[in-house]
Amino acid sequence: MSDGEIIGSYIVPVHPHTYLVPEQNPGWTKLREAFDEAALRIKNSEADLLIIYSTTWPSIIGHQIQADPNPEWVMVDHDFHDLGSIPYSFNIDSEFANAWNEANHKRGLKSRTVNYHGFPIDVGSVVALKLLNPDNAIPAVIVSSNVYANRSETSVMAKACLDVVRSTGRKAIAITAMSLSNRMFTENIDPADDKIHSLKDDEWNCKILELMEKGRLEDVGQLSRTIQKQIRVRKVVAFKPMWWLSAINDNRNDLTGEVLAYEAIHGAGAAVIHLDPASCGTGDKEYDEDDVEYFYGDRSVLDSNDSKTTNIDEEVETIDEIITAEENGPALWEPTTADGSVNTDSAPKPVGAYPHARRVGDLLYLSGVGPRQAVTNSIPGGPIHDEDGEPLDYDIKAQTRAVIDNIALILEEAGSSLDQVIDVTTFLVDMKRDFQGYNEVWAETLGKIGPTRTTLAIRALPTPIAVEMKVIAQFLE
Amino acid sequence: MSLSLRVSRLTIHALAECDKDPNPLRCDMAKGRIVAGCIAPHPPHLVYAENPDQNEPTSEGGWEQLRWGYERLRESLSEIEHDVIVILSPHWQTYVGTHFLGLENFQSLSVDPVFPNLFRYHYNLNIDVELAKQIHDNAEKAGLVVKMMENPDFRVDYGTITTGHLFNPKWDKPLVVISSNRSTDYYSAEVMQEMMIELGRITRETIEESGKKAIILASNSLSHRHFTTESEIPEDMSKEHIASHAMHLWDMRIIDYIRSGQTQRILDEMPEFIEQAIAESDGGGLSWLISALNTPDYPAILHGYGTIIGTGNAVVEWPCYKHEEDSQ
Repeated sequence: MSDGEIIGSYIVPVHPHTYLVPEQNPGWTKLREAFDEAALRIKNSEADLLIIYSTTWPSIIGHQIQADPNPEWVMVDHDFHDLGSIPYSFNIDSEFANAWNEANHKRGLKSRTVNYHGFPIDVGSVVALKLLNPDNAIPAVIVSSNVYANRSETSVMAKACLDVVRSTGRKAIAITAMSLSNRMFTENIDPADDKIHSLKDDEWNCKILELMEKGRLEDVGQLSRTIQKQIRVRKVVAFKPMWWLSAINDNRNDLTGEVLAYEAIHGAGAAVIHLDPASCGTGDKEYDEDDVEYFYGDRSVLDSNDSKTTNIDEEVETIDEIITAEENGPALWEPTTADGSVNTDSAPKPVGAYPHARRVGDLLYLSGVGPRQAVTNSIPGGPIHDEDGEPLDYDIKAQTRAVIDNIALILEEAGSSLDQVIDVTTFLVDMKRDFQGYNEVWAETLGKIGPTRTTLAIRALPTPIAVEMKVIAQFLE
Repeated sequence: MSLSLRVSRLTIHALAECDKDPNPLRCDMAKGRIVAGCIAPHPPHLVYAENPDQNEPTSEGGWEQLRWGYERLRESLSEIEHDVIVILSPHWQTYVGTHFLGLENFQSLSVDPVFPNLFRYHYNLNIDVELAKQIHDNAEKAGLVVKMMENPDFRVDYGTITTGHLFNPKWDKPLVVISSNRSTDYYSAEVMQEMMIELGRITRETIEESGKKAIILASNSLSHRHFTTESEIPEDMSKEHIASHAMHLWDMRIIDYIRSGQTQRILDEMPEFIEQAIAESDGGGLSWLISALNTPDYPAILHGYGTIIGTGNAVVEWPCYKHEEDSQ
């Protein structure tokens, strides 16, 4: 079987006007014609799968993937119910949906498939499938947009999908159902009067379209947060589809883009855009943000201290071949076991091939000890930044106490104790902010024991922690 | 002219009309009135936990504190005569004005798009179209953007159905169902409040004008930060708690105002509550309810409080009937 690939991508609007009443406005007619052109291109391609990421299907518990092989119902829009009803009967690739769900789990994501009679398929997905795949010739799969998901989660979810596309040899079309600017008129309007809600929204939309015409999809992804702030009403989802679409296209900036239509639907920016994976020859650009491969985010809030974390560790091991863990914080290692090594399950796992401590004569040399917790890998006092690198507030005192507690655990495993510490080298990532708090905890603990101490400011540590200590202790039998 | 400014001017106009006749509607009403107002949250988990015949999934129970709270609410109102139940649900989200269900009957299967594993409910509900249309018409006259929903294929949102079931499992009273205009998202919490306070006033006056006795329900939780994971057994109560201490503090602050009759303070602090507690009252239900009850300064009854996947939920009753009797 040849490797699967994304053979094309489309961005399409979500509102029902293009399907139900395109004749009521010249712009809606143009959008409908663009939909028809896109449908023709898809039909004439090798596509054997349509993958839809819809902004009008919000989810909370991770992402949901439609897996009912033949969902049927009648869709009526919550706002534009007076335009009519859309009966649907779709051809869903449930096998792919289940495989994608499993691939999500392997990459640390929470997701589930849904296969329930009467499940309400959202307006964006219904319009996209009715117009792009009118005879249901090509099976489809639909995924929700999680209201809490950040860029990491959204991008990793796209990569999990790409894993399955490649491993199953599919020729897939990726589709995002979304508006550009999404501010609608909040009053009823005569269809003939429809226009983009504001000049500012129109200008931003045109900038997005200019980038799309040049195939610079990843640049639009990088601008997602800015675009969200500038031209998006909050609703329930951010401008996330660009993260998903960019990641599923390998974060490229040299696609071949074509805007088939750009018009207003009740004030919102509606565009039909085709992105072909053929390089437009402009050359790819630098990549600014971390290219995350595995999701380490807060998807186990119910089970922060039990088997859930262990399961994640197991899953890390099962997908070593596809994950370069260093790209999203270091992977955890089993401690090495050379002569004299001291290791304990009570301390956090190393982030490289080294032991927790090593005994030489009557001295114990400890590897650098941070505040991470055994088993959960959580950081008391909180991490110093999120998975996107955005700074977070954290508690240096809590981190320092956790470091000293970890030191004590390792020393106890070695048969020593905290009062046998003779020398400490401390590393702080923010001396100005943290020295005082760290110093106070020191005075309450190790300061009372009296080891020599050196405190250094450093630029970063391998995990999102603020403090680490290198310790030498005595070992007295 | 901005919508908010226009609503303000219309409000002033309406108040000026009232000045001419202090009680223009009450003086000739056939004694229509709101007999009670309630905060009646709608998490599908509560219906799932009850195992009613209408719901396909089955459970081992769960969320008893809130379900017992609903029992106490139903018991409290069991002897109170009423003709209609008016619900504002944040899960019928409309961006172009406020909408009203406008057909006499809706029957279908409601599948929660977020928790389809818990809620697949076969509903059959009746609408008081006459009252819905009257509120619609009066709101339109006052300058609000409104629309009647008359498409028979429309599926009623699960928030309305959940609240409707928990409040009145027999479904033997007609409903007026009002959508949630997302003006908080489009403008601000302040603009939302202006519009919902106006809609609340119109709702109250229209009910009085109609001669009907109504119970009005704001179908919303308080703090609204969810967990993003679900335990393997969704009804495993060992996993249930408030999402954070900050959310708890906000919930208790609002409940304190509710129990001490300080609803004006709830309105005053609503923007901060919405922002800091991600409160579901961003949908307008609570502001609408307080306004429809004429900003009550008497204590409400807290029938229950509990959390559902981390969100804070209270079952609350403002016993207008009792307040009026006590005042006489």
